[in-house]
Amino acid sequence: MSQTEEAPALAEGVRTPTPPGRSTTLVARAMRLWRTRIGALFVLILVVIAIVGPYLAPHAADEFVAIPNSPPGGDAGILGTDYLGQDVLSRFLYGGRGILVMAIVSTAIGLLFGVAIGLVAAYARNALDDILMRGMDVIMAFPQIMLALVAVSLVGANAWVIIGAIALTTAPRVARVARGAAQPVVERDFVAATESMGLSRVRILSGELLPNILGPMMVEASLRLTYSIGVIAALAFLGLSPDPNGANWGTMIQQNQIALSTQPWGALTPIIAIALLTMGTGLFGDGIARTAAGIDRERDDE
Amino acid sequence: MTWLRHGGIAAFIIRRLLLGVIVLFLVSVLVFVATQALGDPARAILGRDATPARLAALRSELNLDQSVFGQYLAWASGLLHGDLGNSLAAQQPVSQLLGSRLVNSSVLVLCAAVISIPLSIAIGSWAALRREKTFDNVSSNLMLVLAALPEFVVAVLLVILFATTVLHVLPAISPIAPGQRPWQVPSELILPTATLVIAVAPYVARIMRASMVEVLESDYVEMARLKGLPERTVLVRHALPNAIGPVFQVIAINLAYLAGGVVVIEYVFNYSGIGSALQDAVVNHDLPVVQALAMLIAGVYVLLNLLADVATILVTPRLRTRL
Repeated sequence: MSQTEEAPALAEGVRTPTPPGRSTTLVARAMRLWRTRIGALFVLILVVIAIVGPYLAPHAADEFVAIPNSPPGGDAGILGTDYLGQDVLSRFLYGGRGILVMAIVSTAIGLLFGVAIGLVAAYARNALDDILMRGMDVIMAFPQIMLALVAVSLVGANAWVIIGAIALTTAPRVARVARGAAQPVVERDFVAATESMGLSRVRILSGELLPNILGPMMVEASLRLTYSIGVIAALAFLGLSPDPNGANWGTMIQQNQIALSTQPWGALTPIIAIALLTMGTGLFGDGIARTAAGIDRERDDE
Repeated sequence: MTWLRHGGIAAFIIRRLLLGVIVLFLVSVLVFVATQALGDPARAILGRDATPARLAALRSELNLDQSVFGQYLAWASGLLHGDLGNSLAAQQPVSQLLGSRLVNSSVLVLCAAVISIPLSIAIGSWAALRREKTFDNVSSNLMLVLAALPEFVVAVLLVILFATTVLHVLPAISPIAPGQRPWQVPSELILPTATLVIAVAPYVARIMRASMVEVLESDYVEMARLKGLPERTVLVRHALPNAIGPVFQVIAINLAYLAGGVVVIEYVFNYSGIGSALQDAVVNHDLPVVQALAMLIAGVYVLLNLLADVATILVTPRLRTRL
């Protein structure tokens, strides 16, 4: 979606050269915006909880603590118990890791293939471009969650099936953006120069084109990560996760939804966690997008 | 075939239709290969401890004893004739099983579209007019945050707010009974519709704002203002039609997304539509239903994209004259 809204204009005459290490400076610049900082903070908190949470949990994820659906206090712990009498806090601390690992792995695979396909298509400028992009259109006709559901129905809720389905649906969307961003770069003189130097196609794509589309790709990466987290959590919410009884934020919401009126924390805690995580990646991506748009604008002025 | 390349709007629509048909054909091949040709659907349906006799019976029911090509032909010609096969779980024709659910889901998506599209266009335009002022800052940040939330999170939050925990004003679930129509129980439609609106409106509003900001800075809007036209005329006659072009694409993508996104929302609200049918079919390994729904949702996507392309061309004179 268009994240290329206008960035705050820089003062005229201020010439900020863009050094080669573009991606790090992009993040550093983006960090000047409050939304990027807040987004990064949210993500950091949730990632830390997902990683160290299991070591801090007062109980095992499947340990009976008190009567099911007891509200917070006493034996039930600070967040109460869930529908089976397990400690909500402990399950919350255990439940982030699976979602986060699967989301990051699937997004990374999807990005890798998407960028590769997009760059090849943009560089080819011939029938191969059309064939690749029409192929991407076909895959895009399936909404992410639906393709994941179909895959799970055929093979089972295996972690790699879910990761594969999300990577498969992420790649065409990334490919579109990568191709769009690379198309104007392909036309520029330095690409023709490297061609005449006899560099291999792989070197041109990875060494010349890729660095020039890193900005939009970082925006796309955070956007895709936001969606992947949403889809994986939604699948778990629908009861389709690798371990249906394991602690998982999506599964927790589904299991404790019934008791919302008496013990809301069983469902509310994982909801807040997922909401903060996706809001974090969304805000971070928007900060990067604004900064990248600002840098591109400067370039045009040069 | 040259007239197809330079034939004006009619040729453009025909060209786009042909492309749509090709994409649909490839989609059908993909659905078929994924669901039927790969692996052994009969075993997937019956499970590992199925007897050979039952496997053989199911294989012949699914046409699995024919060649792959023959299987595809049988399935695709059935699709074209509106014969979607029999549901394995319900033992009745898929079309009969999905008919009323399709109506229910369409009502839901339609309500969401009718509310969210004008609402988001209004919010986006207003934010562009009040650029960098309070309304713009508040709405832009709100839209950014809402866009990031997965829809089932929004749905459960709405249930907590309005149905179970904070207020008790709306029903928490919306089971549309068989024979009942969704519009007979409007109160049950409110929360699912609100969820869909919140899922879609942020994207459309953001594109609308970006597009409107660009148009408001253009020369012709300045010209119209300098001519002394009333601001209202400038906005409605000059700015809006130009700003709305890019928005159609986003609306189409989001409506197509709704067709898939209803799966989770219908599950949350126990709403009897195609989404919950897909979820049931997945859990029961009901292959013909999965195939039919996959084709249906993909078809909606292709159709909406086609409509968006045509609508974009029609409202953008610059593109129209280039044809």
